[in-house]
Amino acid sequence: MKFLCIGCNQAMVFSERQEPGDGTFAAAFTCPQCGRAVALLANPMETQLVGALGVKIGGKVLDEAPMEFVRSKMMGRDDAFVDEGSVTDNGQRTTDNASSVRARWSVDAQARLDRVPAFVRGMVRKIYTDYALERRIAEITPAVMDQARAELGLEGM
Amino acid sequence: MSFRTYFDVPDADRSALGAQIAEQRRRVAARLAKVRRVVLVMSGKGGVGKSYLTAALARAIVGQTPSGVGVLDADLRSPTVARLLQASGPLSVRDDGVCPAVGVDGIKVMSTEFLLAEGKPLEWRGPTQERFVWRGSLEVGTLREFLSDVLWGELDVLLIDLPPGADGAVELGGLIPNLTGAVAVTIPSEESRASVGRTMGAAREAGIRLLGVIENMSGYRCDGCAATQPLFPGNAGVQLADEFHVELLGRLPFSLDGNLTAGLLGDAFMKVLA
Repeated sequence: MKFLCIGCNQAMVFSERQEPGDGTFAAAFTCPQCGRAVALLANPMETQLVGALGVKIGGKVLDEAPMEFVRSKMMGRDDAFVDEGSVTDNGQRTTDNASSVRARWSVDAQARLDRVPAFVRGMVRKIYTDYALERRIAEITPAVMDQARAELGLEGM
Repeated sequence: MSFRTYFDVPDADRSALGAQIAEQRRRVAARLAKVRRVVLVMSGKGGVGKSYLTAALARAIVGQTPSGVGVLDADLRSPTVARLLQASGPLSVRDDGVCPAVGVDGIKVMSTEFLLAEGKPLEWRGPTQERFVWRGSLEVGTLREFLSDVLWGELDVLLIDLPPGADGAVELGGLIPNLTGAVAVTIPSEESRASVGRTMGAAREAGIRLLGVIENMSGYRCDGCAATQPLFPGNAGVQLADEFHVELLGRLPFSLDGNLTAGLLGDAFMKVLA
């Protein structure tokens, strides 16, 4: 989907995405010439229809986590998955050789992660960890999680 | 006012939907590259014992397959094959994929049985209104990940136990680049012949090779006197094999001891795969 500023006959530039709740997807675009901004609001059904294809709305940013589609769409049992490389009390991954270059989890961020349903928790942890790794973020805090959510569109994570 | 076309406007295709879907297919192909034969087990009709036969077939051939056998339970809403193969979760998740459960005889299994809470139906997150509109896409997406994200490793045969109906074979057939073919399961009755015939026709039309027909419940085998008595009127297995010019791989009587007949079926099955 592209937006054209009719007055300037210019392609508008994507500026921000949000999932403000109730399944709504919002994307803002700005005209680089006149600065006019518009927001697209997709209703929950439209968002769900595209999401059911297993594609990332707004474009792929990180590599897919294993069974990301299943874990984010299905209502599953809490003990369905055991995520290898689980995080210990001090925030380190136990079985990951690359743990030294991965971000630490702050206590508050870990507490927030613990509130995510167990069916998706391991996958969500990996997404935030990969996000931090890609941006060389040393510590995952609630602020980093908010930033990642806004950037990646992690509704409910 | 006349607008330019989408591709006339010089801006990046941010969503890259086509590229994302192509990437999904590439992941399926990469994961299945080490699987020598992928076979669908299908039936247009429910209740013909398809899951039971899939499990029995897997057990019957596993001794003839150096790299082993996997079973993917594509009946997402009513999974049974995992229990028949005594496979259970939880499933280990690694960075490169999800380890399948391992059942009896070392058979690798993936099923929603491991994911759904006991007694709960298959349900999806998101808005509940008009859910039927996207439910099919969610199910296909799930099967796609069962293929691409499960660490199947090297296998001689991956059996896919489809739900009743013609859609599953056609949808999965389009997703699996190295699909070997499909085996149809029927019972002797005329109703089953008509229903399974439609499914076989749809599969063939979609370019799926039909490997053969198995007629299940071809009479009742008395374990006392070893005589076989009719259970359903009809001759659907023979009729379907004739109609579609494929082999009748076996006619299995109903028996409390399924292993009596599964061994012969395994030999016939391996022969058509050879």
